[in-house]
Amino acid sequence: MRKKSLMERIRLLGRSAIDIVAVFGRSGIFLVHALFGRGGISGGFQLLVKQLYSVGVMSLAIIVVSGMFIGMVLSLQGFSILANYGSEQAVGQMVALTLLRELGPVVTALLFAGRAGSALTAEIGNMKSTEQLSSLEMIGVDPLKYIIAPRLWAGFISLPLLAMIFSVVGIWGGSWVAIDWLGVYEGSFWANMQNSVSFSDDVINGVIKSVVFAFVVTWIAVFQGYDCEPTSEGISRATTKTVVYASLAVLGLDFILTALMFGDF
Amino acid sequence: MQNRTIETGVGLFLLAGILALLLLALRVSGLSASAATDSYKLYANFDNIAGLTVRAKVSMAGVTIGRVTAIDLDRDTFTGRVTMEVQKKVDNLPIDSTASILTAGLLGEKYVGISVGGDDGLLKDGSTIHDTQSSLVLEDLIGKFLLNTVSKDAK
Repeated sequence: MRKKSLMERIRLLGRSAIDIVAVFGRSGIFLVHALFGRGGISGGFQLLVKQLYSVGVMSLAIIVVSGMFIGMVLSLQGFSILANYGSEQAVGQMVALTLLRELGPVVTALLFAGRAGSALTAEIGNMKSTEQLSSLEMIGVDPLKYIIAPRLWAGFISLPLLAMIFSVVGIWGGSWVAIDWLGVYEGSFWANMQNSVSFSDDVINGVIKSVVFAFVVTWIAVFQGYDCEPTSEGISRATTKTVVYASLAVLGLDFILTALMFGDF
Repeated sequence: MQNRTIETGVGLFLLAGILALLLLALRVSGLSASAATDSYKLYANFDNIAGLTVRAKVSMAGVTIGRVTAIDLDRDTFTGRVTMEVQKKVDNLPIDSTASILTAGLLGEKYVGISVGGDDGLLKDGSTIHDTQSSLVLEDLIGKFLLNTVSKDAK
């Protein structure tokens, strides 16, 4: 193979930069059109309910089961460490703060990207490859309004709700392990938790985090489906990209949000 | 029929989410609807508040009767000024009550303990507790102990 000249390398670098900027621009225009574009669809609420069912309700099982196990594990681990310092009552505080601030929003968003995000990408990608999206356009229905917008809104609404359900189930699982199994006194378990958890700082910040994650994960999933190559290989690549990009975005954003919310500056 | 199950499922899902938020608010963070109205403010100046934090307990006879809401430095006297919110139903604290900073357990958190005085006058909203006892600083204590042994040896 011929050795690439310096100019050629610079050209390739420039092209990849332009491609990246173009993807960001396309996805931004796509999002604005889908959410705020003119011309509503009749029966839009019915479409939203249907998507809420497939995105939100169908993800409940995995969220509840993993939330309970994570809460139980946190409680076990926290107890064995805190018992060394004779302060095993603080296990309630530890479980609640960990779940509300970090694990609730983050783990829910990661599970959501795997469970619902990949499904959204594959579904929309398949619609594109079988030319259902172009047919919709042919009969005068905007696919952004009919297909994309309900899925975006369904993701935005369900992920924060799922994250709160995750935290509640996790705290319940943790309290079950700590109180009924390890024998932490029930009164001090709940009192310690209530003394240290503040509604405005911890609960609301957790909800803000999950709203941001919902926005990012759903946006990535839906855009990858809409923008994929309309072949079976392209769909599989887009699905992989959805899970990888969404997980990385969630973890990176989590650090930034945590630094802004809980860092002391 | 299919449509109805979907709608019921979504309705239950939304209700579960709202219920989760309520549980987090009431059960986990202990938020009560009328927290702001039924309390009054007391101030106390301490020489050293080391370790006391905002939202620490204010207790009397081991019963929690309020919370620390602010800690700042009094510029004139160079003392730590602690603002406390005490429940309205505990409105019969004598004016010469003592406030001291105590520790729950060996490694536990600091809290403000109030012991009752004997005066007839009562503390009102905005009044200051003058008789205070500072936080125990371990280094000071060790310093005093060392000084004591040294002076004993000199004898």
